[in-house]
Amino acid sequence: MRFSALRVFAEAIRGHKGWKPLWRNPDPQPAYDYVIVGGGGHGLATAYYLANTFRQSRIAVLEKGWLGSGNIGRNTTIIRSNYLLPGNEPFYEFSMKLWEGLEQAFNFNAMVSQRGILNLFHSDGQRDAYRRRGNAMLLAGADAELLDREQVRAMAPFLNFDNARFPIKGGLLQRRAGTARHDGVAWGYARGADMAGVDLIQNCEVTGFRIEGGRIRGVETSRGPIAAGKVGVAVAGSSSRVMAAAGLRLPIESHVLQAFVSEGLKPTIPGVITFGAGHFYVSQSDKGGLVFGGDPDGYNSYAQRGNLPVVEDVAESGMALMPMIGRARLLRIWGGIMDMSMDGSPIIDRTPVEGLYLNAGWCYGGFKATPASGYAFAHLMATDTPHDTARFYRLDRFARGHVIDEKGVGPTPNLH
Amino acid sequence: MLIPHPLLGPRDAQEFTYLGDARLIARPDGMAEGAEAAFAEYVYLRDNPAGVHRELWFHEQGDRSWLIVTRDTVTHRILGAELARDVKLKGGAA
Repeated sequence: MRFSALRVFAEAIRGHKGWKPLWRNPDPQPAYDYVIVGGGGHGLATAYYLANTFRQSRIAVLEKGWLGSGNIGRNTTIIRSNYLLPGNEPFYEFSMKLWEGLEQAFNFNAMVSQRGILNLFHSDGQRDAYRRRGNAMLLAGADAELLDREQVRAMAPFLNFDNARFPIKGGLLQRRAGTARHDGVAWGYARGADMAGVDLIQNCEVTGFRIEGGRIRGVETSRGPIAAGKVGVAVAGSSSRVMAAAGLRLPIESHVLQAFVSEGLKPTIPGVITFGAGHFYVSQSDKGGLVFGGDPDGYNSYAQRGNLPVVEDVAESGMALMPMIGRARLLRIWGGIMDMSMDGSPIIDRTPVEGLYLNAGWCYGGFKATPASGYAFAHLMATDTPHDTARFYRLDRFARGHVIDEKGVGPTPNLH
Repeated sequence: MLIPHPLLGPRDAQEFTYLGDARLIARPDGMAEGAEAAFAEYVYLRDNPAGVHRELWFHEQGDRSWLIVTRDTVTHRILGAELARDVKLKGGAA
């Protein structure tokens, strides 16, 4: 079933009785060539690209809950490619380019909206750092513009330009960045994978791995054993727990990150805006709610909820940046569990177990990476060679000293 | 969260900064055979359990002592706290 304007029109005439479920709900087969553990954004994208781009078959995605029930359903929906380091920026720019063609490619409305991201700076030193970052972005084929204070004022006059401690001096703007409908991304990939013959198996928790002679043979699940030639794990938030079943310890801690949404308001925020003096980012959803967030709570957690001190901290940052936010009432707060890696960058790599692959450590930047992560992981699983833009995301980079540490804070996951 | 400080009684967790897994008090011997691999594991690899976790908290805005707090990472319930110094002197690894 392809979506098109004509189809919507035809259904409208027929009383919308012809719409079908977006994907089948199959029972697991006894064996597959590829098993993807985790039916979130990255897992579904991996299955989509394995089937559609790399032309592989007999693929299953195993999800312990329902599709898209993890962090793809609970993030702040920002897409961007404004990284600094050579290990990161080409990968995220690859992802940005995939976002730009995504809806046409999988024939689903993911509401990709390139409304721009503006990173504010508040000092001369910070301006220099953002100028350098902008140049790094340009070198990788992304777009970046350095705005002065008056150009920022023209875009966002409501900001507090004369905050006594952190006056706004300008900003780094990436116009191609923006937001996407996070659930729509999961649904689009799920539908695209299903249409290419992938079995999306829900309520099927992986409880262990069958490993013989250092090689993967399959997985144990709550719905019985499933044999597999290759197994890819994409379960950010639970990576350590799942990989412990394969006898691996990971350079990852799980932390809770909270997000916030206000009541619906008239259009007021032009794109995504980030505060350079604290950690605060805000955008406005198409429904009108201000969607914003800040730092993780800072201690290991699997609770999917945070505590009040960070709520206060985020609210203070919001007030410092745009005092008008104090007039908006908060509608919802929620938390998600992040794979905080030891250098703040992800892992897409083989593991010491032959045929077992790992996609993990996304910290709280996984949503924007969904297309490239799926593509690169599918590339790795299908060809056994890393995708060119993801070749630095090695599992052994920590022991080798080749960390990709954007913030330069060392092996302190709660500070990345 | 309230942390039951063994000397000061219950204190707001906001007075503390967090370091991570309490195994960090058992630093490998840098002169030993295989120290490089031991340090790579010590610095980068974590058990990261869902459930009871022993972890280091520093009472930065208090008496500046290091505590080993036992906490459930699924519920955030704190099960106990002891001075890291006492644990180390008892020769106990965390």
